[in-house]
Amino acid sequence: MRFLETFFNGAVMAKYLPDLLSAIVTTLWLSAVILVLGLSLGLALACLRSLGRWYLTLPIVAFADIGRALPPLVVILIFYFGLPGLGISLSGPAVLILVLSGVLAAFAEEIFWAGLTAVPKGQWEAGRATGLSFARTLFEIALPQAIRLGIPPLVNRALAITKMTALGSVIGVKEILSVSSSAQSFSGSATPLTMAALAYLAIFLPAVLLSRLLERRYSWAV
Amino acid sequence: MTAPSPVHQRPMLEINRLEKRFGDTEVLKSIDLRVQPGELVFVIGPSGSGKSTMLRCCNRLEEPSAGTILLDGEHVTDCRGAALDRMRLKIGMVFQGFHLYPHKSVLDNVMLAQLRALKRPKAEAKARAMEMLSHVGLAHKADAMPSELSGGQQQRVAIARALALDPKVMLFDEPTSALDPELVGSVLKVMRQLRDEGMTMLVVSHEMGFAREAADRVVFMDGGVVVEAGPPEAIFGNPQSDRLKSFLARVSKAEE
Ligand SMILES: Nc1ncnc2c1ncn2[C@@H]1O[C@H](COP(=O)(O)OP(=O)(O)O)[C@@H](O)[C@H]1O
Ligand SMILES: [Mg+2]
Repeated sequence: MRFLETFFNGAVMAKYLPDLLSAIVTTLWLSAVILVLGLSLGLALACLRSLGRWYLTLPIVAFADIGRALPPLVVILIFYFGLPGLGISLSGPAVLILVLSGVLAAFAEEIFWAGLTAVPKGQWEAGRATGLSFARTLFEIALPQAIRLGIPPLVNRALAITKMTALGSVIGVKEILSVSSSAQSFSGSATPLTMAALAYLAIFLPAVLLSRLLERRYSWAV
Repeated sequence: MTAPSPVHQRPMLEINRLEKRFGDTEVLKSIDLRVQPGELVFVIGPSGSGKSTMLRCCNRLEEPSAGTILLDGEHVTDCRGAALDRMRLKIGMVFQGFHLYPHKSVLDNVMLAQLRALKRPKAEAKARAMEMLSHVGLAHKADAMPSELSGGQQQRVAIARALALDPKVMLFDEPTSALDPELVGSVLKVMRQLRDEGMTMLVVSHEMGFAREAADRVVFMDGGVVVEAGPPEAIFGNPQSDRLKSFLARVSKAEE
């Protein structure tokens, strides 16, 4: 009984449900924007790197290494509390999107790049020898194979980083964790946190299942 | 087919004083070679003698260090960018390792460059692809993925992929070396058929039997130079240089 009252208190649930629902919407759209921006930036960077020009490769590698090395929370705090000192003040959601999509882009670039380097040289030669341009060969032949190789690590990384939208709670973004933890302190009940956990499951479990489908769709015997 | 008359015809493929260095190593040392229209020229030679490098210079997969390549009188060596891509459409190449695109069906493999490089309309590209696939005996595999085919079938698809672009010359780099012995015949049969239809072909291969019966001329390369060239009867029946003699002795010993 004690357990149910602590974690599944009906009255508390009813009270905070509307707030939580709008927090779910916030988490969802933040995640979507971060995914789209992060993955497309990562893909674009890997494509630029494939041109093999040092003045492109150098900054891209630096970006990818720094982006992967820094803890996202540190960067979020610097952007949110430090940048206003330079006269640039960004809203909480803007900082969250900027930092997390940047971090995702850093990882995604490395994953796409690893995939590109794993595509056999003969694939490029077959494409170029049949008169396809570098860009055509990249987009039609090399990238589809690189993406297929990259899908499992990419899905894991994308999930890990979208879950970090919870870091928005330290800079006042009204996403699931911040709404439920403030509800928890107001109500003195752990129930809002249970609701948060359920909400995260509701969002990310289907995402995990969807990713399994995706992995199967993109796999072909070699 | 009558023997080509070199005096009156412009060569389809002309390699002039071709040189290639990788760093300090001189891999090709002034190669001269002409392939007449409809001719099948066979290139033999020990491993590392520069045969692949010479072929790959012909379509500039490898950049020549010096010399010129002409296709039907047009400079291949002067082409840059899009002009080079257009030139490559006229030079079909078949690799030892097939290099089919694993993520595309057989039909899409044969259609891709037709659509994206030759800019053929889709219906026409598909018709041409099916025509070429039936030509190599694989129309029934159009919807298969490359991984579902045997090596011999994959190589025939690769040949169809090159042929679908209506090339003026076909380059073959050891097309049967990666195949199980029982699959070699199916690929040689297709090459034989191509020759009989009048395709100009430059073939690097160790299939000496095929060279004897199908080649118009055999070129023996060693150490980056053409050591000897002539009709198959002369090259195999009456070799002049010691290098060719010992090469042929080694090959026939290996075949026993
Ligand atoms: N990309 C390369 N870089 C350096 N050396 C190479 C490269 N490609 C080929 N070579 C060298 O050139 C020589 C000729 O190679 P290749 O043309 O493949 O000979 P073949 O096809 O007759 O066996 C070999 O010694 C090989 O090691
Ligand atoms: Mg070779």
